[in-house]
Amino acid sequence: MIRQDVVITGIGLVSSLGEGPDTHWDVLSRPGAKPVVDEAAFAPYPVHPLPALSLDAQIPKKGDQRQMEPWQRLGTYAAGLAIDQAGARGLVADMHLIVAAGGGERDIAVDEAVATAFCATPPDEAGPALNEKLATELRPTLFLAQLSNLLAGNISIVHGVTGSSRTFMGEESAAADAVRIAAARLSEGRGGIALVGGAYASQRWDLLLLYGAGDALWRGPFAPVSARSGAGGFVGGALGAFLVLETAEHAAARGATPLAKLAGVATDATHGRAGRSAATARALWQKLGAPRDGLGVLSGMTGVAEARTEEEAFLASLGDAAVRRTGSLLGHGVEAAFPANVALGALALSRGGFFPAMDPADAGDGPVDRILVTGFGQWRGEALALLERAA
Amino acid sequence: MKDHLGRPLVAVTGIGLVTPLAWGREANWAAITAGKSGISRIRRFPVDKLRTTIAGTVELPEEAAGGEPVSSAVRVERMAASAVEEALSQAALGEPGAFPGPLMVGMPPVELEWPQRFALARQANGNGAYPAITKAATGRADIYETFLFGGVGERLAARFGTRGAPIALTTACATGASAIQMAVEAIQRGESDAAIALGADGSVQQEAVIRFSLLSALTARNDDPEGASRPFEKRRDGFVMSEGAAALVLESLEHATKRGATVLGIVSGCGERADSFHRTRSNPDGHAIIGAMRNAIADAGLAPGDIGYVNAHGTSTPENDKMETLGMRAVFGDAPPPISSNKSMIGHTLSAAGAIEAALSLLTIRDQILPPTINHHEPDPTITLDVVPNVARKVSGLRHVLSNSFGFGGQNVCLVVSAAP
Repeated sequence: MIRQDVVITGIGLVSSLGEGPDTHWDVLSRPGAKPVVDEAAFAPYPVHPLPALSLDAQIPKKGDQRQMEPWQRLGTYAAGLAIDQAGARGLVADMHLIVAAGGGERDIAVDEAVATAFCATPPDEAGPALNEKLATELRPTLFLAQLSNLLAGNISIVHGVTGSSRTFMGEESAAADAVRIAAARLSEGRGGIALVGGAYASQRWDLLLLYGAGDALWRGPFAPVSARSGAGGFVGGALGAFLVLETAEHAAARGATPLAKLAGVATDATHGRAGRSAATARALWQKLGAPRDGLGVLSGMTGVAEARTEEEAFLASLGDAAVRRTGSLLGHGVEAAFPANVALGALALSRGGFFPAMDPADAGDGPVDRILVTGFGQWRGEALALLERAA
Repeated sequence: MKDHLGRPLVAVTGIGLVTPLAWGREANWAAITAGKSGISRIRRFPVDKLRTTIAGTVELPEEAAGGEPVSSAVRVERMAASAVEEALSQAALGEPGAFPGPLMVGMPPVELEWPQRFALARQANGNGAYPAITKAATGRADIYETFLFGGVGERLAARFGTRGAPIALTTACATGASAIQMAVEAIQRGESDAAIALGADGSVQQEAVIRFSLLSALTARNDDPEGASRPFEKRRDGFVMSEGAAALVLESLEHATKRGATVLGIVSGCGERADSFHRTRSNPDGHAIIGAMRNAIADAGLAPGDIGYVNAHGTSTPENDKMETLGMRAVFGDAPPPISSNKSMIGHTLSAAGAIEAALSLLTIRDQILPPTINHHEPDPTITLDVVPNVARKVSGLRHVLSNSFGFGGQNVCLVVSAAP
């Protein structure tokens, strides 16, 4: 099978810092950028909130907007930005789609009222009461807004992307494998163009409940990723990140300008961290087979201590690569984190520059010839992507 | 050893099955070919005031012994593990705990359920507010690791020693077929010689039943559980939720042949097509489901006339069965092959359905028996198909089966499974 080069021709990026490539480049290419943080609304958990979006620009039908909650809207919006930047509106019918998804929003008010009302009721009474309550309180549309595969469904409906549709589940790893498999399928000739990415709506108690249970969240005043002492934790960042990938030939044939070449994506999962995760990542780095000189790293470090320790050990093996811990400015966007860092890498390469330090521990300087994106997630999985300047 | 596109042919060498009918492949196949229904009244939780009170359920041994019902996440993992064990034991591939390939896990989204929420609220002195239960849950690694989307796949991958990152995926009711497609693609691209694909679902819990009911998707034929799922029949009025799991061990035909494995069949084609029409309905012109069927047949290097039988998506909703008929006539013209729906017996196992149906399609070829569509009493004049009504049918010379899976959210996947060459 002949392997074809895969390039990135569009990025759709929304974060607490704003939306689009220009905004992100303006903010992140200048030293001293400050994160946007809300420490109060979800105390003791700080979050990087969603910016105001002109939803009508990407989701023109109000009916479609009403069928979604913030998570699906954010993802559908970011997907549209990517398609626009790629100039690929006319190509959506045969565009393949892989979304990395978490769960959509629950009805917080219903959850709280029901849990409070029935938690102490004897089980034989609670069951029937719960049936009655849920059947009257749950909105049918919210089920669709909650279903993981309906972010992809909405992207198909709103933007017309219908080549194929797959939704990967599994937090950070799912997104890295989504990028890996979307690229591999193009490379081996399964279609010419694909859309891949994810979204994370950070202002959600239902997600804080899940991640908080694992002690994966940072509590208290905001601190940069490297400065989260003790057990550490992540600060959720609103993030929508989609990439339009194409074979180089497909892009060239339609006169699209690649932002960067996606030279490789490699993933693995060690079943347990300590000592093994760093070694696994070093093996993945060998597999990518890139030289270490002129290397910039966009690290998806979350701040969760065990994963951070392993990643620091891996990063130390990369010599004097310029490392940027993007989580200190964007926060951690779980399924959107890896695609967002790939998008930022493509952005930097397309502008011929790199980003100044984002975290007190960031060291090394540009210029960079190639960019490595890392994803160690919060719990399991190791992932790397290598980006190079487009030919 | 290669297909018409020069890709390695992908063989199936192990099959594992769990459905409400039975734990185990052969017991399931015996019940299916006997036309048995696995649908019953829901006993897992109180059904008072519910519109639908029937389902297909799979009880774990400790539940059958009177234990508390487990969460969907735990049920999915347990059924999946059982199906993989069975498939691996048939395939006899790899050392125990060291399978030489990746794991593709088709499964539903999982989340904390009401029993966990109530327990946390009690711990928070009766306060069910999120800040309070989140505080109470802090440090509960058991909750976190059970309900993370990556948790089920991680534990299965560790247990069976599969290679690389396990991939969990959902394409709604096409999920099981998507998992198989992912595994086939991994082998075709040379990423591995072998892979495990599984689909599992265990969603018969209170809130999920209510949610599907609110979408008006479920039948409420509660007084006749075994007759409730009646795909393609005139009086069909919704699907029956069900549970189960199927696992396939897949490997390149070359790999299987070299090690002298028994080849149960070939996954010869995969086709997909997404719909952009509506969140729960197909485009009335049927182009996405027609496209998925045609893509699968073309991917297998076949013509429609080569397909001898179709394992239907056949959910028993008025809409699906009408659209599937439209698709059948569009793809196969005036002489469509027989089509039957095992959902008439096991109900709709959602994320597991595509994998269960692919497994049953392979057994259909193995034994040259078409499973029936049961509960077929009053034909629907608009369904102009041979649905193998009520009784299994012995056939001969059947080589290629098309298995259809059409999902909510417009995700459609079809597979062609074929006899060993």
